[in-house]
Amino acid sequence: MKTIIIKYPAGNVQSVLFSLERIGIKAKVTDSKESIKNAEKIILPGVGEAHFAMKYLKERKLDILLSELEQPVLGICLGMQLLCKHSEESDTTCIGIFDLLVKKFQSKDKKNKIPQIGWNNIHNLKGPLFKNIPDGSYQYFVHSYYAPLGQYTTAKTEYILSYSAALQKKNFYAVQFHPEKSSYVGHKILENFIKLND
Amino acid sequence: MLTKRIIPCLDIKNGRTVKGINFKNLKDAGDPIKLVCWYTKQGADELIFLDITATNEKRKTLISLVKSISSHINIPFTVGGGIQKEKDVELLLNAGADKISINTAAVKKPNLLERLSKRFGSQCIVLAIDTKYENNEWWVYLNGGRISTNIKTLDWAREASSRGVGEILLTSMNHDGTKSGFALDITRNISENVSIPVIASGGAGKLEDFYKIFQIGKADAALAASIFHYREIEIPKLKNYLNNFHIPMRK
Repeated sequence: MKTIIIKYPAGNVQSVLFSLERIGIKAKVTDSKESIKNAEKIILPGVGEAHFAMKYLKERKLDILLSELEQPVLGICLGMQLLCKHSEESDTTCIGIFDLLVKKFQSKDKKNKIPQIGWNNIHNLKGPLFKNIPDGSYQYFVHSYYAPLGQYTTAKTEYILSYSAALQKKNFYAVQFHPEKSSYVGHKILENFIKLND
Repeated sequence: MLTKRIIPCLDIKNGRTVKGINFKNLKDAGDPIKLVCWYTKQGADELIFLDITATNEKRKTLISLVKSISSHINIPFTVGGGIQKEKDVELLLNAGADKISINTAAVKKPNLLERLSKRFGSQCIVLAIDTKYENNEWWVYLNGGRISTNIKTLDWAREASSRGVGEILLTSMNHDGTKSGFALDITRNISENVSIPVIASGGAGKLEDFYKIFQIGKADAALAASIFHYREIEIPKLKNYLNNFHIPMRK
């Protein structure tokens, strides 16, 4: 199986699976180490709570396996945060590919709601994931925690502050938004990921 | 910039769309999948499905419908109606729903909100509140508006927010179905007193109502059913109108 979606207790696995189907990719959902090792592309999807998700990965030693992978890996939303070093959500130690501390949004007044829910623009796009994606495209975000800007930032979004909408370090890619839920542009981003190394 | 959201709502009974059926190009307007595709193309920002069947033996129909919706839709959607326990939520999310909305069960067992948000993440738990203005106060109603309570709406919104829900879907029973505009005062009051997004529902009739609910009511999203289903307002036109008044919209 070429593309693997990591099986998760509280992920939106089904919607990622369906969005891949719409671009002609038949992916497999599994937490089997063997399948993950042999896959060409790996997606770590993303709805849920950081501590609960990390516990599941650690119990299966998938955190170690993931960090050793050399093929393209894409973390989505919570999946992106888990690829960072630490999350403020339940004070969770994460996988640590990106040397970033995931923080909770702080709103000074009630003007900015937390979580951020809805469509926001992505800017300063870099790298192969954003090939042919126009700057300022709208993507769908649902999150209370964010990864700050850093050397691996490949897209920025503004909400309360400017933060990382996407990250990349070698074969590790991560997006805070949900490409699988972001209409046609989101699907194009997924397609870009699937076509890496082709 | 984060945009305000326009959300059509579809009522589902036994796997079919119940109301809202006046589409020229749809041969079977009771087929939720056809409506879903049409709304996606129209530029709806999200969709909400309320299952009004809500009997146990019919829930399987709902799960397979949610799967089917999820396979066709490339924007987020919420499913609500009859959710009682953690297992119901798990099944719906696994079937591909992005968020679930919970109403009566949360009032009866407020601890459920903590459990759900802890397990699945706050962002996918929407608290639906049906509210009615009586004797100078907004009160919470249960069971689709059939049962009154002595809970004040603002108190409940605050409590639910502190228990971890990610969003509030506020329906004014006084305004629902009237097409006389949204409930501006209670929406604004909730929105300014909780830190989570508020979806306003009930009363949409004309373009201006949407402007008011965003500008005056401080809503983060606006929901409507019949005016969209019967094409009294088309979403592209609505979004253009709002953009002209500097309400940020995704186009």
